[in-house]
Amino acid sequence: MRQHRVPLILLAYLAIFPLGAVVPGVLGVLQKAASVFPEWLQVYLLWFTDTYLLNLMILVLMWVTIGSAWNLIAGYTGQVSFGDAAFFGTGAYAAGLLSTKLGLSAWWGFLVGGPLAVLVAFPFGWICFRLRGAYFALATLALNEVMRHIATIWQSLTKGMVGIMIMPTFVSKLPYYYIALGLAVLSIVCIEIVVNSRWGYYFISIREDQDAAESMGIDTHYYKMVSLCIAACLTGLAGAFWMNYNGSIDPRSVFSLHDISIMAILVGIVGGVSTTYGPAVGAFIMVAVSEVFRTGGFGMLEGLARMTNSPATEVVAKYVKEAHALSFGLLVIVIILFLPNGVVGDWPRLKRALWPWSGKKA
Amino acid sequence: MFFEAHHIVKHFGGLSAVGGVSFRVDKGEIFGLIGPNGSGKTTIFNLINGFHSLSHGEIFFEGARISGLKTHEICRRGIGRTFQVVKPLKRMTVLDNVIASAFLRSRTKSQAIDLAEETIEFCGLGPCRDKPAGGLPIASRKRLEIARALATKPKLLLLDETAAGLNHTELEEAIELISRIRTAGVTIIIVEHIMKVIMTISDRILAINHGLAITEGTPKEVATHPEVITAYLGADYVA
Amino acid sequence: MEVFFQTLVAGVLKGGLYALIGLGMALIMGVMGIINLAHGQLMMVAMYITFVLFHYLGVDPYRALPISMVSLFLLGIFIQKFLLNPLMKVESILPENQVLMTVGIGIVLTETARFIFSSNFRSVMTSYSTAVFFVGGISFSVALCFAFLCAILLTAGMFWFLLKTDLGRCIRAVAQDNEAARLMGVNAERIKVLTMGIGAMLVAAAGTMLMPVYYLFPDIGGPFTRKAFVITILGGLGSTVGAIFGGLTLGLVEAFGATYIGMDYEDMLGLIIFILVLLFLPGGFKRLTKV
Repeated sequence: MRQHRVPLILLAYLAIFPLGAVVPGVLGVLQKAASVFPEWLQVYLLWFTDTYLLNLMILVLMWVTIGSAWNLIAGYTGQVSFGDAAFFGTGAYAAGLLSTKLGLSAWWGFLVGGPLAVLVAFPFGWICFRLRGAYFALATLALNEVMRHIATIWQSLTKGMVGIMIMPTFVSKLPYYYIALGLAVLSIVCIEIVVNSRWGYYFISIREDQDAAESMGIDTHYYKMVSLCIAACLTGLAGAFWMNYNGSIDPRSVFSLHDISIMAILVGIVGGVSTTYGPAVGAFIMVAVSEVFRTGGFGMLEGLARMTNSPATEVVAKYVKEAHALSFGLLVIVIILFLPNGVVGDWPRLKRALWPWSGKKA
Repeated sequence: MFFEAHHIVKHFGGLSAVGGVSFRVDKGEIFGLIGPNGSGKTTIFNLINGFHSLSHGEIFFEGARISGLKTHEICRRGIGRTFQVVKPLKRMTVLDNVIASAFLRSRTKSQAIDLAEETIEFCGLGPCRDKPAGGLPIASRKRLEIARALATKPKLLLLDETAAGLNHTELEEAIELISRIRTAGVTIIIVEHIMKVIMTISDRILAINHGLAITEGTPKEVATHPEVITAYLGADYVA
Repeated sequence: MEVFFQTLVAGVLKGGLYALIGLGMALIMGVMGIINLAHGQLMMVAMYITFVLFHYLGVDPYRALPISMVSLFLLGIFIQKFLLNPLMKVESILPENQVLMTVGIGIVLTETARFIFSSNFRSVMTSYSTAVFFVGGISFSVALCFAFLCAILLTAGMFWFLLKTDLGRCIRAVAQDNEAARLMGVNAERIKVLTMGIGAMLVAAAGTMLMPVYYLFPDIGGPFTRKAFVITILGGLGSTVGAIFGGLTLGLVEAFGATYIGMDYEDMLGLIIFILVLLFLPGGFKRLTKV
């Protein structure tokens, strides 16, 4: 239990503080509770009383789910998926279509989205896992594209590029926050249980040496499928959540190679593949990075430009906003070169680099 | 019949790696397979455990045909193997390596752990059980191969050059381990380059060259067979 | 019948260029053992070089061919030497980190192009861009015919290089057995750098020659990367001969698909081929010939 202590404390914090944002009276209690801490810390403790930050945290939690799922198939099982968007989009469309075509609540998407993503993953995995090598990675890329094409071309069902729009159920962000939190906890717990069971041992054996795994009596084809289906299911759930939260989807956004598939990989590798909490750390970092670029340093650069009236800063602000995707590419390169096992996996090394004096004793 | 390979043939492209070899192995014996480099010994192992598919011929184990089955199914039937080029699961500890293997015959994780620990002790890997398998010295890696194969509780064990690269004491230990495995009731087919090992522990030996059987018999018969001496051992072995 | 032959011609001409793209990809696949997912993006860079030379300096695309090829050769060398080769020494859990690296490189190239040239469509309008000649009622695009001839010449030159020169033999040796080649004294790292350069150079040639009859925008790399990997899968991973047949096949399939099924499905068709190959011919054309 000891290695879970810090995450559990964080979880408790995540569970309590957002209440302050909406529930009257709670904020006061929280402020009182927080006031025992030094002033600079209070800002961070009361972080979640702001809806904008709540929105970001919902994104982080959704990416925790997707990143953890990617980590299971790529990090633990060693079958790197370049097309998580295929499962994410399937889940999202499942939820959306339930609402527009069957008139059901999009929340039923949680029941249908996961299984439907598995339904996509199953035949796909069955074909691809018969072959070794780069086939799976390539095939996931192809699957990503195929699904996007289908969603675009099948206009009678999906309305093509127009996409699907539904009315959000809640005005407040708070219910979504707790659903996302539940989903993130569910996926981490679920994967932690799987990894520590027979399946987990088999997955890692397959990653380390497929020939050895086979001759240890492991049906590598079958267990790769198991891993892929679990990952697809969780990713599909995240997709269904996204439909409900965002209210609108279209083929380009939910089947996006950059914004979903590559982002999922980044969340995994930045945090650390094959670690329990790596994807959680990665999700936090990646949403922050992406938000910093999207908003031009939370609007600070623009503010600076207005204040100083300097055209140069304005240009910088403009470029920073445009560099959003570029930053992702650079980040991939830098992480793979210098932190191949992510922040969590390479933590001892990172710690030595950041605080050279702290490692002296060990 | 415990184990029988019936006229097995394997072609790679136009090349024939194994050209029709037949042999039987009885329960409880140690069956040696010798031959110069590239004579097809490892290919025979790969055919038995299903890594390669047979071009012709059949393989039977405990009365049932196993040729055509997948590798993991063959392992489930009770044939374990080690690799000449060792394949440790590098980033797992020695214990985890063996646990992963022990799951085959265990229903729960605690059973698997018990079986794995028992196997590790049996193979004398106790001192390094919590070390990552990637960093082990060669002798321990070879033992890990054996431990992993044993944890699947095989009835027939295929040992591929378990003694290669070991020094004198390690060699003695390896021989001792193999005979203990036999005492535990496991039948063994062994491929070995080091004559000292194979001549001392085998009950019967099959000599092959260029994928064809030369002769079969007791170590003494094989060692004195003229064709074996010229084709494989070299004239000075007899002297 | 005329439509059929017209489609056939269009498919073969396009296939010639695809073969060139596939050839570079197959070389890289063979030597490095990885799929280069920045292949189309490299082509995009070559196309922008051609565009800039034409638009600002008035250099004819065919004159720009050597310049873009040499530039991309250098870019390929840079990528391999400083981004991919160092990964060999990195202890990483993820097995596909080199492939992932090429994805990162692809994004950086695309976004840098967007930074400089914005997302607008560009094209190079030359006097011969729309020129055609007719043979028996079937029109041949002058530019595409020229490109096809160049593709054949380059392919032939490439095979001569691989089969007859020492350097080419070294490349083939590394592709066949990296470890053995290393033991024979081949500097595998240098060969990899060279191969990446050559692969980038070939795809640059294809890009530049496509420029007079095609349009250009930063995201054009992605579809071409996909085409390149469909070609390599079709031909058999790492098979250079297979890549040529794969390229021609893809060109034909796309042309016939566009004529008889509809333009919308062009991209889909490549992916459908990919899935069919995985299902029925794992190993691609290489499997059929056992070359």
